[in-house]
Amino acid sequence: MPTATPISRINDFVIRFANVNGSGSASANEMFARAVMRMGVPVAPRNIFPSNIQGLPTWYEVRVSEAGHLGARGGTDLMVAMNPQTFDRDIAGIEPGGYLFYDSTKPLPPSKFRDDITVIGVPLTAICNREYTDPRQRQLFKNIIYVGVLTALLDIDVKVVEQLIGEQYKGKDKLIEPNIKALHIGRDYAILNLQCPLGIKIRRANAVGDRIFVEGNSAAALGAVYGGATVCAWYPITPSSSLADAFTKHCAKFRVDPDSKKAKYAIIQAEDELASIGIVIGAGWNGARAFTATSGPGISLMQEFIGLAYFAEIPAVLFDVQRAGPSTGMPTRTQQCDITSCVYASHGDTKHVLLFPEDPAEAFDFGAQAFDLADRLQTPIFVMLDLDIGMNQHLSRPLAWDDSRKYDRGKVMTGAELEAGKDFGRYLDVDGDGIPYRTYPGTHPTKGSFFTRGTSRDRYARYTEEGAPYVDNMQRLIRKLETAKDMVPRPLIATAGKPTKYGVLYYGSTSPAMDEAIHMIEARGHALDRMRIRAFPFHSSVNSFVADHDFVFVVEQNRDAQMRSLIVNECGIDPVRLVPILHYDGTPITARFIAKAIGDHLDKLKVKPMKVTS
Amino acid sequence: MTYLAKPKFHHPELPKNALGYTHRDYEGTVSTLCAGCGHDSITSAIIQACFELSIEPHRVAKISGIGCSSKTPTYFLGNSHGFNSVHGRMPSVLTGANLANRDLIYLGVSGDGDSASIGLGQFAHCLRRGVNMVYIVENNGVYGLTKGQFSATADRGSKSKRGFINTDNSIDLVAMALQLGASFVARSFSGDKQQLVPIIKAAIAHKGAAFIDVISPCVAFNNHAGSTKSFDFVREHNEAVNRLDFISSRMPIEIKYEPGTVEVVEQHDGSKLALRKLAADYELHDRTAALGFLQHHAAKGQIVTGLLYVEPEAEDLHAHLRTVDTPLNALDEKDLCPGQTVLKKFNDSLR
Repeated sequence: MPTATPISRINDFVIRFANVNGSGSASANEMFARAVMRMGVPVAPRNIFPSNIQGLPTWYEVRVSEAGHLGARGGTDLMVAMNPQTFDRDIAGIEPGGYLFYDSTKPLPPSKFRDDITVIGVPLTAICNREYTDPRQRQLFKNIIYVGVLTALLDIDVKVVEQLIGEQYKGKDKLIEPNIKALHIGRDYAILNLQCPLGIKIRRANAVGDRIFVEGNSAAALGAVYGGATVCAWYPITPSSSLADAFTKHCAKFRVDPDSKKAKYAIIQAEDELASIGIVIGAGWNGARAFTATSGPGISLMQEFIGLAYFAEIPAVLFDVQRAGPSTGMPTRTQQCDITSCVYASHGDTKHVLLFPEDPAEAFDFGAQAFDLADRLQTPIFVMLDLDIGMNQHLSRPLAWDDSRKYDRGKVMTGAELEAGKDFGRYLDVDGDGIPYRTYPGTHPTKGSFFTRGTSRDRYARYTEEGAPYVDNMQRLIRKLETAKDMVPRPLIATAGKPTKYGVLYYGSTSPAMDEAIHMIEARGHALDRMRIRAFPFHSSVNSFVADHDFVFVVEQNRDAQMRSLIVNECGIDPVRLVPILHYDGTPITARFIAKAIGDHLDKLKVKPMKVTS
Repeated sequence: MTYLAKPKFHHPELPKNALGYTHRDYEGTVSTLCAGCGHDSITSAIIQACFELSIEPHRVAKISGIGCSSKTPTYFLGNSHGFNSVHGRMPSVLTGANLANRDLIYLGVSGDGDSASIGLGQFAHCLRRGVNMVYIVENNGVYGLTKGQFSATADRGSKSKRGFINTDNSIDLVAMALQLGASFVARSFSGDKQQLVPIIKAAIAHKGAAFIDVISPCVAFNNHAGSTKSFDFVREHNEAVNRLDFISSRMPIEIKYEPGTVEVVEQHDGSKLALRKLAADYELHDRTAALGFLQHHAAKGQIVTGLLYVEPEAEDLHAHLRTVDTPLNALDEKDLCPGQTVLKKFNDSLR
């Protein structure tokens, strides 16, 4: 018996699989997570993987939470330790009273274990060696066998997993039977030899609703399809490559003309990020909706072109799936570290529109909306994803589209309007919103042509290096950004149950951890108003939210408090009123981390100063 | 005189083309380049080629990088949209523009610094992809706007105006274009309009990646003794392999040739290229032989000019990507958005 009481919880625990990269564990682990979801219990899996194809350690963490907490929690209740390389540290990460499930084929000395956890040994390798002769099969079926063991240990309905196997191998029916057999080998072993179920288990619930299980990159790419993107140019870089891959897949399905079998899209895997953004800008200039998908290093390479698109006012959409920097940094780990490099991207005075989706559903919404914004504002739009949103499957509200929605192609002067004698000045602010009219190349034989350049020009696009027209133009660009404030997604506010002097600002993938942390903070007796920022330029409510509180925490996943700096800089706020809460070790931020950091800070404020008498 | 606006009046009896335009309708603003610049001759050759082909000016998109050569699109086709983009990056911008609307004519104008130094990568990749375009490099071997530094096409051993000897090997963009799969490759000389105009016309009619390297002496920084890109040097060392007559698909062949002296090549659009052979041993459809010929003559200090390679039935990027016939920029919600019913099915597949 372990020295700590074994954890006993239903539908509320964290299970972590430790595997070797390239061993085929990913699909078995995902099947496990999906089985929990099919049992009606909300689940949040996260893949923690190396920049490697084969051999290095990889983990798959599954948070099970009937209460619906989908952020990373921290700590492990059940460790499925399948990687000898990381065995010791995997065991060290188990919560007191937790469980260890390991391959007991090779006996290990007692010193390898802990006395405050429950140890479950299954001779997986021995079983596989007995059942299979092909080494590859031994490896692959081992994964399914441990899923079988888990169905017994956690009381998961085996029929649910059987059905998932059937779905996964639909069309490759020969594989269904042997996988189901492997599943039962594991399950039967557990039922015969182990104490089942454990203190932690799954019980059927009805807490998933109509939610779907989807990766942010796939949802964002589908947003681009729905938003009318026809040109995609990209260069492979983790963690954004799967966005371009997903766009390719979605287009092959939804964008091929049924009669001619021809493509209503063009995808170029470019030679580098400079060419990617160049292609996007060329296409945007010529009236197609175009985007690139990249990560921080790619944004760095695109800087010069981004300035051109800003200054020459060309629509472009950039999906930045952020990863830990600087330099190559931790290419397979998550961060929110490109805020500054995107918002002020390029040389000279520039400012760009940034959107911050919190999950796949918003990645879809913003992914589509970005193209309307780019056309309307004639400027680059950055959709700021990160590795956590992009590459992990999230339980997300279903994607939705209003069929009556029309694309907003912005201010494009037509051949008919030019023919009718409408005055065309490419950089003329006719409506006072800072947004000029443009024409597509080829519109009219004698009217409406202009020369696009990165050099300064007057309102009629004529080259000039005079100071006054330059300033006039730069002022108009600022006016345009003011217009953007009311077009971009507004911040969302959730007020505390009672009046409070304190608030918290957060954005993007911090959202699920923050939603959970707020309960933990409230449990410590503190009230906190929340605002989730969804876009830059900031809506005026960001200023008023800060003004309405004594001070505001800004929770983000980078070292330098980039969003906080942006708020200080753009809203003219005294920095002391914004308290940074920063998490940047490359793992997704957890509710425990936020609750502790904010809770400790607020606890200190509650301490009444002692009266000192002398 | 470059500060003066260009007067619009013209001789009432200027010849008109099939569309009723005079060559004045194909002009742009007054050039701001140095008097006598080779680039201005290329500008005038482009104007003449477009006039003679009766191209609607607004159906051309002119795209350039940065540098003296890249300024020239302002000086021709004033009714066309133009895009003076980023140094060395014309090819990617042109590729994107071409993907957005396959129906326009894409004219990329670049220089030797723009294409052979900073933009060598993009030069290579747009040719590899077979973008349907005319890619003209106005090659003077020197950085003009920054006052006379060597570019990557300057020959080893050639002398700069300040007296420095270039010790780096030169890049031959024509050889590279051949190797990279351009389906139309030519070299010409800004001082030889008779040769250049038909080449430009043939390149415009060509469906695929057409590359033209035009040696274009820089009168300010690279026209001295010791330069291999000066007017005198190029005239003395020009080794033309053929002279080209371009016959548009709309025109009947009027010129009669002596049998055996002319090779007629029909391009995809029905236009014909009649080539009077000057070098008897030159084979127009053989990349490998063309490369060998080039290198052999370069070793002798000769500059090979003419239409050097053509693949009349080339496929372009749109064919590779199997894109629809309608330009992508003309598709709307109906064509592009799969709608809620499809999305519902997508959701259902993810539960």
